Amino acid sequence: MAEKNMLIMKHVTKTFNPGTVNEKCALKDVNLTLKEGDFATIVGSNGAGKSTLFNAITGTFFADKGLIMLDGEDITYQKEHVRSKVIGHLFQDPLKGTAPHMTIEENMALAYLRTTTSKNAYFSRIKSADKKKFREQLALLDMGLEDRMKQPVGLLSGGQRQALTLLMATMVTPKILLLDEHTAALDPATAEKVLDLTKRIVAERNITCLMVTHNMHQALELGNRTLMMDAGNIVLDIAGEERKQMTVDHLLEQFAVHAGKELDNDRILFSKVEEK
Amino acid sequence: MGSIITLSIVQSALELGFIYALVALALFISFSILNIADLSTDGCFTLGCAVCATVTLAGHPVLALLAAMAAGMCSGFVTAFLQTKMGIQSILAGIIVNTGLYTINIAVMGFASNVNLFNCKSIFTWAKESIGGTWYKLIVAAGIVVLAGIVISFFLNTRLGLSIRATGDNPDMVRASSINTGLMITIGLCVSNALTALSGGLLAQYQKSCDINLGTGMVTIALASLIIGESILGKGSMIKRVLGVMFGSCLYRFIVAVALRLNVPAECLKLVSALIVAIAIALPYLKKQSAFYQQKRKAKAKNQEYIEEIKAEIATKEGGKA
Repeated sequence: MAEKNMLIMKHVTKTFNPGTVNEKCALKDVNLTLKEGDFATIVGSNGAGKSTLFNAITGTFFADKGLIMLDGEDITYQKEHVRSKVIGHLFQDPLKGTAPHMTIEENMALAYLRTTTSKNAYFSRIKSADKKKFREQLALLDMGLEDRMKQPVGLLSGGQRQALTLLMATMVTPKILLLDEHTAALDPATAEKVLDLTKRIVAERNITCLMVTHNMHQALELGNRTLMMDAGNIVLDIAGEERKQMTVDHLLEQFAVHAGKELDNDRILFSKVEEK
Repeated sequence: MGSIITLSIVQSALELGFIYALVALALFISFSILNIADLSTDGCFTLGCAVCATVTLAGHPVLALLAAMAAGMCSGFVTAFLQTKMGIQSILAGIIVNTGLYTINIAVMGFASNVNLFNCKSIFTWAKESIGGTWYKLIVAAGIVVLAGIVISFFLNTRLGLSIRATGDNPDMVRASSINTGLMITIGLCVSNALTALSGGLLAQYQKSCDINLGTGMVTIALASLIIGESILGKGSMIKRVLGVMFGSCLYRFIVAVALRLNVPAECLKLVSALIVAIAIALPYLKKQSAFYQQKRKAKAKNQEYIEEIKAEIATKEGGKA
């Protein structure tokens, strides 16, 4: 197949606080290639480097060593605000993705700003055609937000804000969508709804996607690849038939084998108990 | 009341209120919207005043106001540059620029500590000739401020304005949505400092003089106006908030005028200002507190009834047992 590689990471290394007692090697020689339309889930213990991996891709910091390419373009040293034009990023904290004192409409207009390229668009106001488009997209969420467009986002619940953030992150189809446990802070019913929405949007538009989760079932069911991280490394990368055969217990065993220790993540263990 | 508040007091309070409203508008952008305490405001106000006075003295009153704005913009750019490119904290950047501006302001005035503009042409003398009457000063000041208010509230609803507002509201989100926060802070501070300097420039032409210490305490006064406006008119649409700022500024001048009228000595004026600011900032909190005490008092009476009911229940039970 002539599928193109959307994300290529080669020997990416990042050490925080080098030369001090707090020195922490957060990413150790990470190599990862995602094909266009790949949907990979990532599991790993606390501090394994999952969020650091995301931050390296979005450019919150620059990698010490290694190469990061997105859609054939070298973005290793590209500034954060430049590369975020084509990267969608959702955080665990629903408050991070929206501006609380601005209305739903204004927040969406900001996300929509990514589409405009000409300089004079900066002085344009929200047009009624834009408002209509925002309304249609909000209606898809089925949360009644389309009738609250003039309200500040701070009044919405966490789930509503996260759904809105997802809508904003994908308003312009991103080259890669990074989901950092984006449903973990929501109640089960809302989490389910946001997850369904995520699946639908990612599938409809064939978005390349990386998703951190602590739910081992989700890790195996969602998408087409499962990655496991430990101590700044990707220790397991399964796809296809091997992934289909994999069970949660087997995955935990695999972890013990690769990391040389038991998985020490409370939430994963909790989720395992809950589902048994 | 008539003896305390005369028409001429109202008039001059409104005139000054409108002129200083521009500084309050500037702080509205830097403090309320960008969430930056811009402490270069004092120096920037004097800078606008000095530049305007010098150019007015050379015989170009309109150009003088534009020059003041340009100078303010430069000052804002330096403050923003120190913050975004040199990694200096915003408050420190403001203080540094403020200190540096003192020398620059003296230099602008030809290394003198004040400049007099008597017998100079200004937009106020021009208005006196073309409009006449006693209200011409107010008309000019109000006209300029209303124009600035309209431009600002329009600007804050453009996409660039939205980006600036989001930068102050949630910088994490802004960076993740491809907006350059450094650039937004720079643009915001340039606009806000241009307004501060314009205010200083207008004051120079209004009172026909400029003094190096003119800007002292300006940031406190403007903050007071801003907070008075916000606590009275509340937060709402941009237009409403901008109107609130102007209203607050006029009200502040009005309070000062009344204080002066009540024979408060001029030397005490700074203390009066500080008191007004403290009261204005404390007011929303006190309002909340008094609402809470009212609620508590009402609830206490009701809860006493409940306590009586519970006691009665216990009494009947015990009576049953006995």
